[in-house]
Amino acid sequence: MLSYLIRRILLVLPVAFGVSVICFLLVQIAPGDPLTAIMAIDATAEEQAAMRAAYGLDKPLPIQYAIWIGNLVQGDMGKSIATGRPVAAEVFGAVKNSLLLAVSAAVIAFPIGIFLGFLAGYFRDTWIDRAVTALSITGVSVPNYWLGIVLVIIFSVNLSWLPSMGAGPGGSQSWAWDWAHIRHLVLPAVTLAVVPIGIVSRTVRALAGDILSQDFVDALYAKGMSRADVLRHVARNAAATALSVMGLQLGYLLGGSILIETVFNWPGSGFLLSNAIFQRDLPLLQGTILILALFFVAMNLIVDVVQAAIDPRIQRT
Amino acid sequence: MTKLLEMKNLNVRFKGKRTVHAINDVSLSMDQGETLALLGESGSGKSVTLKTLLGLLPPKRSQIDGSIHVNGVDIMSLRGRALQRYRGGEVSMVFQEPALALDPVYTIGHQIAESVMRHKGVDKANAMSTALDMLDRVRIPSANRRLHNYPHELSGGMRQRVMIALALACRPRLLLADEPTTALDATVQIQILLLLRELQKEFGMGVIFVTHDIGVAVEISERVAVMYAGQIIEEGTTHEIIRDARHPYTQGLLAANLHDVARGERLSAIPGAPPALEARPDSCPFAPRCPVAMPECRADLPPMLAPGDRRRVACLRAAQPIAAE
Ligand SMILES: Nc1ncnc2c1ncn2[C@@H]1O[C@H](COP(=O)(O)OP(=O)(O)O)[C@@H](O)[C@H]1O
Ligand code: SF4
Ligand SMILES: [Mg+2]
Repeated sequence: MLSYLIRRILLVLPVAFGVSVICFLLVQIAPGDPLTAIMAIDATAEEQAAMRAAYGLDKPLPIQYAIWIGNLVQGDMGKSIATGRPVAAEVFGAVKNSLLLAVSAAVIAFPIGIFLGFLAGYFRDTWIDRAVTALSITGVSVPNYWLGIVLVIIFSVNLSWLPSMGAGPGGSQSWAWDWAHIRHLVLPAVTLAVVPIGIVSRTVRALAGDILSQDFVDALYAKGMSRADVLRHVARNAAATALSVMGLQLGYLLGGSILIETVFNWPGSGFLLSNAIFQRDLPLLQGTILILALFFVAMNLIVDVVQAAIDPRIQRT
Repeated sequence: MTKLLEMKNLNVRFKGKRTVHAINDVSLSMDQGETLALLGESGSGKSVTLKTLLGLLPPKRSQIDGSIHVNGVDIMSLRGRALQRYRGGEVSMVFQEPALALDPVYTIGHQIAESVMRHKGVDKANAMSTALDMLDRVRIPSANRRLHNYPHELSGGMRQRVMIALALACRPRLLLADEPTTALDATVQIQILLLLRELQKEFGMGVIFVTHDIGVAVEISERVAVMYAGQIIEEGTTHEIIRDARHPYTQGLLAANLHDVARGERLSAIPGAPPALEARPDSCPFAPRCPVAMPECRADLPPMLAPGDRRRVACLRAAQPIAAE
């Protein structure tokens, strides 16, 4: 298992390298000059050159990349062009908030998705199965920003039960586990949970249905096992695949919440990303994408390792 | 002594998109410790008969009529805990595909122990030592290490030995073996057959051995019941079946076997295919393939004749001497 782990981690390094190169090149291929936004419109050629040198943009690309990576591993991701604040601080603050939102959505979505999926798989081809299927297809198909707006209209505007904007009294920088903060989390987390409920329930339904139709289920009953015993076996068989789907869903939740964070003004990475795009803040854009991409790579690694650890059929050498 | 098995007028019908009359009026009885081969080609209802015996048919889609008593107990009325005690305790089963019948994510030791814990009420450690003992008895080498293997780490033959160990761990009075060697290589098949025969002598349980291979049937069992289209069309001791088969179908099987047809093709050596069972047969189901069929055969179900003690044949011609072909 240890050698598998080491090998798997070593395999991640080239992927991480590729990701960093793409993020770096993003600045190069983006149309327009990143400095125009902060430069005076009437800057002279010398002033422009000086600015270029100050940002290291006058050096050849590989050197620029080396410098960028060198700074990166020391935790220096440059400064935001728009705010002048260090990118690292901005990104980590935002990722923390996004993670909070993503994990909350996952905590809502995964148990519900597992429960519904199991129900549909166990009662395959009955009205229960059809109801769950309809529900999950609706969940996956409804645009979630639209759903977010509908929920805001109902629960914030009409009923005034829950707030629709921001992350609570402390603003973007301080989160606390009290109702004043949690009530801000409810609507975005619920909205974000709808798609993974659909996907997890579809996955678990397929898994449970497939496993229940296998011969060993008959064999379990034939040796006198109870229904509860059989369901335990089914769960254990489904665990590895279900966990990996959920791990990847968590990755998507973190990276894919741009629209939801924008709808709810949630100070997370998606919100930061959309700001960075609209303000053409390339260092910030670069840093945010890099961190999100690396998180996704890490999530994949964790999923693979966990799967190998709990599923004896997977080759671990 | 109470009969080990008394099955009377069993009928099984599957409902759904297509109705299948899988079992039609099957009666069977077995003494304690008897070995019976249930012989028939694919689709003749052998597996359904065994599954009915263990109450494994999907309740919503199957309609079961008739009665089954095992050691005097009406097993069709068993529910809940009583049914669980019966399954694996009183009667247990070895499946055709050992690769599919074992749970891939539990060790084989766990899977045997689980059953022992349920039936004997012992703790995990005790159950594991029973499992180890059973692996020894089915002649699995270095059983101690194998206990912690997963099914995919074993060969097909080893997996079938594990299934047998699992089935016998709680000392059932009746073992159902559903084509236990069909999925295995020829040399392994023979080893498994010999093992089953030895274990039967050692443990003294009754065995229903399902096969489509008449050679295997006569090798393993004292009695043979031949199934066709969900009916038992002939039954007798192995000796009677070999020497004095009365039903043209059984005779065809024997002839094909003697003429050294390649293994596995023996049953298809009789031209034609068994009938689709969408309706309950109301004439001799073998008539379309029967070389000696008469017009009367298509008019009504042939009567069940009893030419001897526990000897039966369902054929109009069985009463009269048959002209050899
Ligand atoms: N669960 C089921 N639902 C519907 N039809 C079934 C089911 N199980 C078996 N059958 C049908 O019953 C007939 C007998 O099958 P089976 O007992 O498996 O034959 P075999 O003698 O090869 O073991 C076949 O026509 C089969 O298609
Ligand atoms: S009853 Fe008639 S058709 Fe059926 S097996 Fe006997 S001779 Fe052949
Ligand atoms: Mg079968």
